[in-house]
Amino acid sequence: MAANNLKHALFCAIVTLIVAYPILGLNLVASGTEIVLEGATTQTVISVLVAAVVVFLFQLFRDNIMALLGQAPALNSLANRQPMEQSKRLKLESTILTLIIIGALFWPFFVSRGSVDLATLVLIYIMLALGLNVVVGLAGLLDLGYVAFYAVGAYTFALLSQYYGVSFWFALPIGALLAATFGLVLGFPVLRLRGDYLAIVTLGFGEIIRILLNNMTSLTGGPNGIGGIPDPTLFGMEFGRRVKEEGNTSFHETFGIAYSSEHKIIFLYLIALVLAVITALVIRRLMRMPVGRAWEALREDEIAARSLGLSRTAVKLSAFTIGAFFAGFAGTVFASKQGFISPESFVFLESAIVLAIVVLGGMGSQLGVILAAIAVTILPELAREFSEYRMLIFGAAMVLMMVWRPQGLMPMRRIHIELEKQE
Amino acid sequence: MLEVQNLSMRFGGLLAVDQVSLDVQEHEIVSIIGPNGAGKTTVFNCMSGFYKPTGGKILFEGHEVQGKPDFRISRLGMVRTFQHVRLFNRMTVVENLLVAQHRHLNTNLISGLLKTPGYREREQKSLDRASYWLDRVGLLDLANRDAGNLAYGQQRRLEIARCMVTEPKLLMLDEPAAGLNPAETRDLNQLIVSLKEDYNVSVVLIEHDMSLVMDISDRINVINQGRPLASGTPDEIRNNDAVIKAYLGEA
Ligand SMILES: Nc1ncnc2c1ncn2[C@@H]1O[C@H](COP(=O)(O)OP(=O)(O)OP(=O)(O)O)[C@@H](O)[C@H]1O
Ligand SMILES: [Mg+2]
Repeated sequence: MAANNLKHALFCAIVTLIVAYPILGLNLVASGTEIVLEGATTQTVISVLVAAVVVFLFQLFRDNIMALLGQAPALNSLANRQPMEQSKRLKLESTILTLIIIGALFWPFFVSRGSVDLATLVLIYIMLALGLNVVVGLAGLLDLGYVAFYAVGAYTFALLSQYYGVSFWFALPIGALLAATFGLVLGFPVLRLRGDYLAIVTLGFGEIIRILLNNMTSLTGGPNGIGGIPDPTLFGMEFGRRVKEEGNTSFHETFGIAYSSEHKIIFLYLIALVLAVITALVIRRLMRMPVGRAWEALREDEIAARSLGLSRTAVKLSAFTIGAFFAGFAGTVFASKQGFISPESFVFLESAIVLAIVVLGGMGSQLGVILAAIAVTILPELAREFSEYRMLIFGAAMVLMMVWRPQGLMPMRRIHIELEKQE
Repeated sequence: MLEVQNLSMRFGGLLAVDQVSLDVQEHEIVSIIGPNGAGKTTVFNCMSGFYKPTGGKILFEGHEVQGKPDFRISRLGMVRTFQHVRLFNRMTVVENLLVAQHRHLNTNLISGLLKTPGYREREQKSLDRASYWLDRVGLLDLANRDAGNLAYGQQRRLEIARCMVTEPKLLMLDEPAAGLNPAETRDLNQLIVSLKEDYNVSVVLIEHDMSLVMDISDRINVINQGRPLASGTPDEIRNNDAVIKAYLGEA
């Protein structure tokens, strides 16, 4: 056992050295027209060595350390509390949620423009994550190409506005429905696939959409993207300084207030908030409806579900379609917020981030997913200085989560159903 | 109501089921017995549509069902349990029973999202049916537990209840007594008889527990190495030389 540990620890330390030294220790430096390779500074060499020693020690005493960590939750006074009574908990939860939503409605009027803009982004990610939660968390279908539907929503609005001058409010349902159609179309070929195979095919689908957008230059502008996407209007009132479209009035003139560029940002935030709340409520209802239970049954045991008469086709396609629908929603809002979109915004990393939100939050749990979306979007902004290490921190957080709370921040709780005895 | 004619199932070089025929009348419990690996479960898998048989016919209420998709066969009123219990483990006991009824439900999204009266009424009906069957198999108190946390015997009963809420005409049970203690086996015995007597369900039973089989079966089919060996009433089977030889030879 001990010898085994020692061997393993040595191996890990050497791997650390081999991986870390070339990456951190060797630098390519431009000198004149040449590029020369520079060795590491003593400081870097020492840090790499220290890191290797730390890895060695950790692996050597791994069992002890993990055992200690295992006891850690006991230090948490909340860990062993009794679950609250169902009715009380529900009441508390809905009160808190209502308060949060009311707070979220008034909050943007008191903070900076940048914070409101960031909050809008958070809400977009919440919509995306809630939608993906249907596919991955509830139906158990690992979808790595989710960003494709987001792109479909965004490009639908961008193209419709560019070629036909369609406004945000018309494009919103069209974008969502078109994304849902794409979800349905993707659903068919992958009906029989599960797990890894499904993940690979959906990953490919996501890339195909992005590459198509990149290459159909005449239609989508290719890598240059599409700009000049209009802002949403409020009953025909525009938020710009000057009215762009004939027949519209401007918001600040109608109300006789001074023009401020903040109005537009706050308005967009409020739209995103309303849409995110709608998304959460609709999916919450779906989870308690036959279709939601069928998704979960399919995740739990496909063979048993089919033996009871559930059609795999209907259940899987409904999950893909509904998940894609909300991604289309989010995409439309995103296009409007940015005013400019290009395929750059829809790379695989986006799919990965949304998936990470779902996993961190706790598969199937709405509140957990919302909290995780907030954390994953805001933390990198707060720690701007470390932006180079963003992915590193992200990866480390994922690993730690899998060790401590593999079930996610707030694992899904089943609803309690009161039954009356039947005669 | 069910007629299986010359059913064959080949896996590569292995003929797992070879020309098996059996029939089930209404209001009847028919058992399939045979040594391990005889092909009993394979017969079930063909009947329930999990495998497409390589030969033969399966008629349910006069319609050919062989090769149809499993969920269609189940909707016709032929449902099964599994040799290794298959529950929706991370869903609650009552949710397991609700899922099973969802093909009776109008799954229309809009009526559900709006909670129309018709939708509520249907939901209430499936809840009532679920609670009736939970009570019937003695699991009402555990309705909100996760199904995966139930004791083994309870899981077996839940699986049967889950079939029954779909209101089947024919129930196929694959070794329902496996892993049960004697008291639980006695309860199971009464439950199966009552399914036939009180709920008018025909039962096809695969079982190794001979006393249970002999006690409740109206007729028994014996298969050995995929081939039909004998069929008849429990008394005929008990005294059949070929059967005795197959079983003694195996032991
Ligand atoms: N999908 C399959 N592919 C290949 N061979 C299979 C398959 N399913 C079953 N078999 C083989 O068919 C034969 C019959 O298996 P089956 O499971 O029907 O037996 P059984 O009578 O149910 O046995 P037991 O009493 O152990 O449950 C076995 O030899 C088995 O290995
Ligand atoms: Mg078997």
